[in-house]
Amino acid sequence: MSVGIIMLVHTAFDRAEQVARHWAAAGCPIVFHVDRNVPSKTYNTFVNAMSDLPDVRFVKRHRCEWGTWGLVAATQEAGETMLAEFADVRHVYLASGACLPLRPVQELIDYLADRQTTDFIESATTADVPWTIGGLDQERFTLRFPFSWRQQRYLFDKYVQFQRAVGYKRHIPNGVVPHMGSQWWCLTRQTLSAILEDPERKAYDRYFRRVWIPDESYFQTLARLYSRKIESRSLTLSKFDYQGKPHIFYDDHLQLLRRSDCFVARKIWPFANRLYDAFLTDQDSAMKRTEPNPGKIDRIFSKAVERRTRGRPGLYMQSRFPAPGREGGLTCAQYSVFEGFSDLFENFEPWLAKATGARVHGHLFAKERVEYSDGQHVMNGALSDSAKLRDYNKRAFLTNLIWNTRGERQCFQFGPRDMIEEIEWDIAKDPNAQISVITGAWAIPLFKSNKNFSDIRKEAALLQQIESEHLKALRSEWAKARIRIWTLAEFIEAPMEPLQTVIDEIGKQYQRGLAEVPKMADLTGFGQFLQNLKNQGMHPYLMGDFPVAHGRHEPQQSKRKPYLVR
Amino acid sequence: MGWLAEASTKYRLRWKRRRLLFRALRKRRQLSPVIDRTAQIAPGAILAASTVRNEAVRLPFFLEHHRKLGVAHFLFVDNASDDGTREYLAQQPDVSLWSTPESYRLSRFGLDWLTWLMIRHAHGHWCLTLDADEILIYPHHDTRPLPALVDWLERTGRSSFGTMMLDMYPKGPVRAQEYRAGEDPFEALCWFDAGNYMIQKQPVHQNLWIQGGVRARCFFADEPRRAPTMGKVPLVKWNRRYVYINSTHALLPRDLNRVYDEAGGEETSGLLLHTKFLHTIVDKSAEEKERGEHFANSALYESYYDALVENPDLWCEASTKLTSWRQLEAMGLMSRGNWI
Repeated sequence: MSVGIIMLVHTAFDRAEQVARHWAAAGCPIVFHVDRNVPSKTYNTFVNAMSDLPDVRFVKRHRCEWGTWGLVAATQEAGETMLAEFADVRHVYLASGACLPLRPVQELIDYLADRQTTDFIESATTADVPWTIGGLDQERFTLRFPFSWRQQRYLFDKYVQFQRAVGYKRHIPNGVVPHMGSQWWCLTRQTLSAILEDPERKAYDRYFRRVWIPDESYFQTLARLYSRKIESRSLTLSKFDYQGKPHIFYDDHLQLLRRSDCFVARKIWPFANRLYDAFLTDQDSAMKRTEPNPGKIDRIFSKAVERRTRGRPGLYMQSRFPAPGREGGLTCAQYSVFEGFSDLFENFEPWLAKATGARVHGHLFAKERVEYSDGQHVMNGALSDSAKLRDYNKRAFLTNLIWNTRGERQCFQFGPRDMIEEIEWDIAKDPNAQISVITGAWAIPLFKSNKNFSDIRKEAALLQQIESEHLKALRSEWAKARIRIWTLAEFIEAPMEPLQTVIDEIGKQYQRGLAEVPKMADLTGFGQFLQNLKNQGMHPYLMGDFPVAHGRHEPQQSKRKPYLVR
Repeated sequence: MGWLAEASTKYRLRWKRRRLLFRALRKRRQLSPVIDRTAQIAPGAILAASTVRNEAVRLPFFLEHHRKLGVAHFLFVDNASDDGTREYLAQQPDVSLWSTPESYRLSRFGLDWLTWLMIRHAHGHWCLTLDADEILIYPHHDTRPLPALVDWLERTGRSSFGTMMLDMYPKGPVRAQEYRAGEDPFEALCWFDAGNYMIQKQPVHQNLWIQGGVRARCFFADEPRRAPTMGKVPLVKWNRRYVYINSTHALLPRDLNRVYDEAGGEETSGLLLHTKFLHTIVDKSAEEKERGEHFANSALYESYYDALVENPDLWCEASTKLTSWRQLEAMGLMSRGNWI
């Protein structure tokens, strides 16, 4: 008793020959089907090359185009020949010229000998699997598909639309339930002969001739009618990408294929010498007797599909440049933006770095230069501190910075003195941003400065205008960042609570409450300063309500006990 | 009216392409064959095309690397070399060589000459258009040669392959380490800028305009707009009706420029490792400044040449050291896409 191999070949004949000889050496008879599109000269050469093997047959050639009936017709033809000519074949294995046996053929023969009545054919109803490509699942069985999807796509699509429009529905003969699955199967003589000798075969053939991709459904459906025992899986390892095209295996997949423990894999790149050498030489090493386990490598392939369809969010490069709105996240990781904090607290940056362990920059968008942490001139990824380079493409600057520092939380200061146009919107719309704002805190440096009051007044008016525009962005309906806004008056009323909240969100590991408090600027006389601005006709409103007189919430704030959460 | 504007752009670009093809046709007389081995070109062979001038130092490694990748035949135009480049190339068994003394700049930086040669010899072939200081790498290039890559590109319905130029530089002044012909240039030039690239999409030609890298950081920090363009589409399944517009940054028809995914996913892409900063750069810059053949408006780039002549150190603490293509892929400088 042995296993018969049907090989469908259309290219790479030298490899097909090599693999066929490998099968034949283990005593497997082979029936070849060669695509009719192959020139007869090539075909004849191939037939001659195989003529020294006794148990090899060639069958009538059909034109085999992907997704058409030709592949089924070829398989039927080859199956009939196999059953008629090789009486001792019990299992018939359908393979292609690009299939490569991964384990010694004897192991496959033994494996099948232990499962004499089992058919290995992946077979599932359309309702149960999400395999379909192109939006056609149940419809591939209820519409007609006379046009080629590859060459006559326009007609194909139009004809599908037309049939949908008129509500056309095909009758499925004898009420069989359509199943589909991998086209590479291994059937027992009983099942295969029952399918091929079925008195109703004509009706089935006529029906499946106009089904879309019949090679994935003809045997898969009919095997359900006759099989005594179906194992719904393919013995051939075959991975498909998101477009439904098979993955190709190269030399560097050697270990991966070994690990799969599968009997046969496809498709192998014809020039993958190392793979052919490794798997087709005599492997008299210990027989494994393990079950094939393609699941071991599934993760790698699903990752690849994800890389191709979703990509790495936050990465912009020569082959990933999402259209606006399709980034899947502007940046790749969470970061924190602080507005007004470094004006209110004298040592905010070092304090924050200590409290959270994050990387704390100064004003990254400052006018003169990029204020990286610790006064660095270049950051990770050789990001320059030149303000001109940054302003040339601010969005690229921000996304680069966050991408380059993956794994380390970034915090930076931001405010109306910076070059915030445009980028303020990007940040506000970025779900990865955590923005904390103390409005009106920009007045504190003015209050402390030694400038003429008329200049201060002018600057204050400008900064107030910029910040109120900025707040519009933060409060707009498009803002997706986590945004917290306090007025200055509100904040200094009870500064530790907001600080604690913000810090908790940054560093999960530092949740034990703040050990140290940042030092707040001395605000004695700040109320009067604001009143003076008002007296000059400039109304500072972003700070909230600040009493003119020395209030209870003034300098002593910094002496408050640390606020402890638990 | 969007479709009308679109249609008029298409029409305009069609004529631009024809004009450039005609230009190449006129310039064919500037080329005289030195050695023509194009009869060797088999159907389906992968070709490389390049214009060179005094590149004797770089060519041995360039040829060796790309031969190993699976380039079957090289088409070279020698633009008045006087350092033995011509003799060296003529001896190579898989090189066809033409020469010309005419202006490099007026030939659109060699493109007119190459366009003509590609019309003649590259129709229907995958063709790699490179400068002698560009070394192509892509994911798995150590185990999967170019025929595997182009097979796969064709299967996924693509006929062009996108790359970015990655400027490689040494640690210390650029002239400090002498490079000898044939050596691996990345022994010394093993540093690069990993994450300072800026991308804009060009609305007309639909290519990505990538700028950044070490030259933007060191020489164009005050004038970022002038920083060199780093995106390239060097590998194309050529048709005699195609034409490169501006170096290999973009080509027509413009669909070929769409080597990137706009829905968030990643296409497969590679890198051109740029060996510009070998020790020869210092003398060469002085000479190029004189010749003014490398930029359309050379006067604007004088300070750039001046900075190079001063033998600068391009290295900084945030530079990254090259270890493998997997490192570059993980950093997001190129992508496997779903070619695993």
